Amino acid sequence: MTTAGHNATGAEREESIARRRSAISRYLGHRSLVIGGVGLALLILIAVFAPLLTWHDPYMQDLTSRRIPPIWHGWFYDNPKAGWLHPLGTDPLGRDYFTRLVYGARISLFVGFSVVALSCVIGTTLGVLAGYFGGRIDAVISFIVTTRLSMPVVLVALAVVSIFDGSLKVVILVLGLLLWDRFAVVMRSVTLQIKSQEFVTAARAVGCSNLRIILTEIMPNVANSLIIVATIEMAVAIIYEASLSFLGLGIQPPLPSWGLMLAEARPEIFFAAWMITLPGIALFLLVLFVNLLGDGVRDITAPEGRA
Amino acid sequence: MLRFIFRRAAVGVLVLVAVAILTFALTNAAVDPARAIAGDSATADDIRAIRELYGFDRPLHVQFLAWAQDIIQGDLGQSYRQRRPVADVVLERLPVTMILGATAFLLAVIVAIPLGILAGLKPNSWIDRCALTIAVLGQAVPNFWLALMGIVIFSVQLRLLPASGSGTWQSFVLPSVALAYYAMPTLMRLTRAGMIDTLQSDYVRTARAKGLLPPQVVLKHALRNAILPLVSVSAVQLGMMLGGSVVIETIFAMQGIGYLAWESITMSDPPVVQAIVLTIASFYVLLTFSADVINAWLDPRLRGS
Repeated sequence: MTTAGHNATGAEREESIARRRSAISRYLGHRSLVIGGVGLALLILIAVFAPLLTWHDPYMQDLTSRRIPPIWHGWFYDNPKAGWLHPLGTDPLGRDYFTRLVYGARISLFVGFSVVALSCVIGTTLGVLAGYFGGRIDAVISFIVTTRLSMPVVLVALAVVSIFDGSLKVVILVLGLLLWDRFAVVMRSVTLQIKSQEFVTAARAVGCSNLRIILTEIMPNVANSLIIVATIEMAVAIIYEASLSFLGLGIQPPLPSWGLMLAEARPEIFFAAWMITLPGIALFLLVLFVNLLGDGVRDITAPEGRA
Repeated sequence: MLRFIFRRAAVGVLVLVAVAILTFALTNAAVDPARAIAGDSATADDIRAIRELYGFDRPLHVQFLAWAQDIIQGDLGQSYRQRRPVADVVLERLPVTMILGATAFLLAVIVAIPLGILAGLKPNSWIDRCALTIAVLGQAVPNFWLALMGIVIFSVQLRLLPASGSGTWQSFVLPSVALAYYAMPTLMRLTRAGMIDTLQSDYVRTARAKGLLPPQVVLKHALRNAILPLVSVSAVQLGMMLGGSVVIETIFAMQGIGYLAWESITMSDPPVVQAIVLTIASFYVLLTFSADVINAWLDPRLRGS
């Protein structure tokens, strides 16, 4: 997948690339690791302690206080309805928007982590097996990966969710069963590299079984790549969940999924654009932090693989 | 070379067969076709009659083989909802998706490659940092939200562009940008990485030592090799755009196969869904196959594997 280093010859050039790259990673790498890590930790804390951050109930409808604009509409447009009772306003059913956004972080994070856990197990198993054994096993697994890649994810996910009716469990299962391809591809190539190293040959020479070599020699050395792929897949899973929920074939009302909130705000697009802006910003920040964390980990563990 | 092409084509056909089996299994698990055709008011006897009439009472593998045979002969079946051939339904919706995919892809390439070259020429300069920041921010923006914000700004507030439809060229602007935006960061990062790598290589140093002008070195020597990896990634990205257009087309109510897919799923019309999944998969297989062949033609070392 990566392009760097595939035509490397000459130690001198490699060294100069490494020097240049490490300058970039010193500038951006640690910064993205810090921003991504702190931001993600903050969002996780918000999700965990959601009930302490707000005095409203995310499902509590109040028909007397529908479509209240956020607080800054009171400051800049002199809108008398805006006030501190609902700092980010209310939705068309009168539910507090801030509260729903805070509880929505729980859904996105839960989906992200669960999908990655599932797809990581599937993809890593396939990838390591293909890379380690090679030959016919590799050919079969590569074929499975190619087949999976040629099926459009959104379409297949939509079709499957429509069969079983949308729910958190179904969305997680469907995405987990679809998004393992990158794990498989990366783990395969990483395993191929590690397999040819001396400590693996040594382990085989002293009579270790294949299973033991995979578990004790290969797995500890793929961990870094695993973390990087996991952050990429987590970001992808979060966006897919939001897209499915937005199309009405994902998380179902009244759960406060950010994608679903965007769908519910869509009819308001002419009158209350802020209702569309806010969940999008929440999604953007979460995905940005996850991506930055992944970029940061990559820069520290494998600066030469930076693209 | 010919052997390589044949082998890749064979794999492509096998992949399509696998996709067809999965699609068939999936959509047959989805809805009882007899019930879907009969409608909500049908009695048990009606449904049984339809089941026998359409052959839904046969074993699944027999149904699959019959279905596959029809497909090979170009018959994709009948739409349950529209009561006419699926092939007609899909074909009349295909042009919109094709135009959308092509414009979005061109847009992404036009922005990504020059930006990637500039960034790669001077790594760590201000322009490089700007490009990287754009890429990092761009990858975090969900494209359906970008589409909604585009409607808010350009349709609702400025009243410049239509918020839905696919009748005029104006209605393609917002969807194309929203779709292109997603592929842009990947292409930009690849171009940048490729430029950094090739600019360090011996043949570029030789070209420089011969006294060639910098633009010549960059465009003739470095760029050609730098964008090699872009060929296969472009094929993948274009294929993803066709699949990803489901969300965008639905937002803008564009008459393409993405919107058709969403309509058919929500109205349980499995033959149309099957046909669309197969169409997109075929395009994907065709694109990656072409990319493999182009790459093998450009770089003979790849033909062996």
